[in-house]
Amino acid sequence: MLKTFRLGGVHPHDHKISKDAAIRIFDVPKTATIPLGQHIGAPATVAVKKGDKVLVGDIIGTATGFVSANIHSSVSGTVTGVDAVPDGGNLRKPAVTIAVEGDEWNPAIDRTDTLIKECTLEPKEIIAKIAAAGVVGLGGATFPTQVKLSVPPGKKVEMLIINGVECEPYLTADYRLMLEHAEELLVGCEILMRALGVEQCRIGIENNKPEAIRHLNEILGSGKYHQGISVVPLKMRYPQGGEKQLIAAITGREVPSGGLPIDVGAVVQNVGTTYAVYQAVQKNRPIVDRVVTVTGKQLGQPSNLLVRIGTPISALIEACGGMPADTGKIINGGPMMGRAMANIDAPVTKGTSGVLLMKTEESLRKAEMPCIQCAKCVDACPMGLEPFLISKLSRLGLYDRLEKERTTDCIECGCCSFTCPSNLPLLDYIRLGKAETMKIIRARQAK
Amino acid sequence: MNETLIYTIAILVGLGLIAAVVLYFVAQKFKVYEDPRIDETEARLPGANCGGCGFPGCRGMAEALVKNDDISALYCPVGGAPTMKAVAEYLGKAVAEKEPQVAVVRCGGTLCNRARTNTFDGARSCAVEAALYGGETGCTFGCLGNGDCTRVCNFDAIHMNPETGLPEVDEEKCTACGACVKACPKNIIELRKKGPKGRRVYVNCVNKDKGAVTRKACSVGCIGCGKCVKTCPFEAITLENNLAYIDPAKCRLCRKCVAVCPTGAIVEVNFPPRPAEKPAPKPAEAAQPVAKTAAVTENAPAQETKTAEEGGEQHA
Repeated sequence: MLKTFRLGGVHPHDHKISKDAAIRIFDVPKTATIPLGQHIGAPATVAVKKGDKVLVGDIIGTATGFVSANIHSSVSGTVTGVDAVPDGGNLRKPAVTIAVEGDEWNPAIDRTDTLIKECTLEPKEIIAKIAAAGVVGLGGATFPTQVKLSVPPGKKVEMLIINGVECEPYLTADYRLMLEHAEELLVGCEILMRALGVEQCRIGIENNKPEAIRHLNEILGSGKYHQGISVVPLKMRYPQGGEKQLIAAITGREVPSGGLPIDVGAVVQNVGTTYAVYQAVQKNRPIVDRVVTVTGKQLGQPSNLLVRIGTPISALIEACGGMPADTGKIINGGPMMGRAMANIDAPVTKGTSGVLLMKTEESLRKAEMPCIQCAKCVDACPMGLEPFLISKLSRLGLYDRLEKERTTDCIECGCCSFTCPSNLPLLDYIRLGKAETMKIIRARQAK
Repeated sequence: MNETLIYTIAILVGLGLIAAVVLYFVAQKFKVYEDPRIDETEARLPGANCGGCGFPGCRGMAEALVKNDDISALYCPVGGAPTMKAVAEYLGKAVAEKEPQVAVVRCGGTLCNRARTNTFDGARSCAVEAALYGGETGCTFGCLGNGDCTRVCNFDAIHMNPETGLPEVDEEKCTACGACVKACPKNIIELRKKGPKGRRVYVNCVNKDKGAVTRKACSVGCIGCGKCVKTCPFEAITLENNLAYIDPAKCRLCRKCVAVCPTGAIVEVNFPPRPAEKPAPKPAEAAQPVAKTAAVTENAPAQETKTAEEGGEQHA
């Protein structure tokens, strides 16, 4: 019996139509717009000014505070401005725009493909290198990686878990990385294990990716890598890629309400992040590009592209066969957790795992009907919450009751809205309630 | 048979008497003294329990009015000056006079003034939409049009106009309780002084983008040109973050700013029509019969209104 998590979950069709498309290196854009806030936490402080010349990999934004990350230039050229630029949701956020001239890299970066296995750095040095390279969780949550690796005193890590689940339908960026850069990935695992001082590492992969499981097992079978690393095939189920769900699936331990994975002795890193860690530590290469899945049932050429950060998303769509006539929504991310974009000229950021083009018919929400109290959402919730209740309370503005309902535990996976037979916008209101609850909690803490 | 009846009645009467005696003493022992003036004061309040005063309902306000010696900071926006006067008279306390206020929706981005660039497909709630993205138009500051303000109004004083897609305030019914001000996630609604005969001049926009960006998104947005600031003889207008604001305390309703505003972002309401001698900058608006109740006068369908769908329709 394959492992999976215990509570809730749904089974959307996986639609991995771009899974056989090898990662293609995408052209360097003519101008790059690099937002300063590409991660959770405080946006970086701008370190360049208009007219400055930058090389690929130069720092253009420095981390502000503990939960923040460095931002590097993804292109070489001249800084043309530091302004508020509309993001995918049309909201203006500070960003550095660079007019591209050639493609010159910072000489400190090793751009060769040779695999460097040896790593003799101390854990502290590894973490410092990761922080300097601006590595964040590339699965989409963009949480700064060095913060996750800095284990608070009194806590002990027993296991490193690598997230190769990619449970979001359509997305195949992590899958392609596992197939094409497996060796680098495993070196990345070893580096992370060294940084955390653990002997156990599990790579969780869902059983809809048998080639990836086989490929990694073959390499591990040769004995070249740490004996503590193993692949755990998992039963396909959404949202298995959620940190807490993945820990439950692999270790059987439940992260307590309001707790962190470290409370049950686990640290979870995404496949893409692990690859970026390898690049940062062994090759001095900061995050200047990432793999983005551009897909959709009607798209001419569903692809996995290695794109420089700051490339406009519209350029990716153009390169994959152009926008199909009947496109209802363009989603930044996957269909379950991604956000529909109002501005497709928004740049690719560290968190852009995919761009999905959906037909109008399949993308639009169906008419809302009254709740029939079927409790399907309760069954589907992987966090054991009561989505109908939280949603209703939030809709009525009874925010003071939401904390008791553990609203802040919601991981916004969307299983409740997906499963609702009355097409209620449950998650919309839960998200609102979650924000209001956070406000109440912060106000109380400030007192 | 008879005995059963008699016993039953006797026992019940006995129980009742015992309970009455116990309850009497308990009531004496745990008696809570409540100032009778609180009830009296509450009776003088409107009883809308809207929370506009900042207290949970009229009872809370009544308690505060009785307890505090200085009640000049307390104000019932619903009852207004007459209510406060009556309360002050009853309690023998001094009350500060406040001018009547009214809720003002500061957005002129009607369906024809502000082209839609995408369609919002989520829950019809402004709070939800505002948390997700910038909105259906190029203007990320303006009204989202889902009517959160209309749902919180206890006085049936604010309604969505389906033709403009904007809320309209019924001045007769609006009590300036501020519920809509709090409900609007974009902070568009403001309580402004009602003005003599309901006459007001205000900037009908809250867009803080640079002029070029604003202009592209909406034909009646404030572009922050500062002409009104220079024109105002009373220094009532300030310009901050590319947005003009007219201080209602300083404004003398001369309407010079309305005439110079190049986009028509400054509006006047409840004024009689202007004499037609001078060629008015916005002839359509001046000629428009002034609605008695609408706080948001529909801006003239400006000449440069762009109806072109730039970039095509996208559903967000």
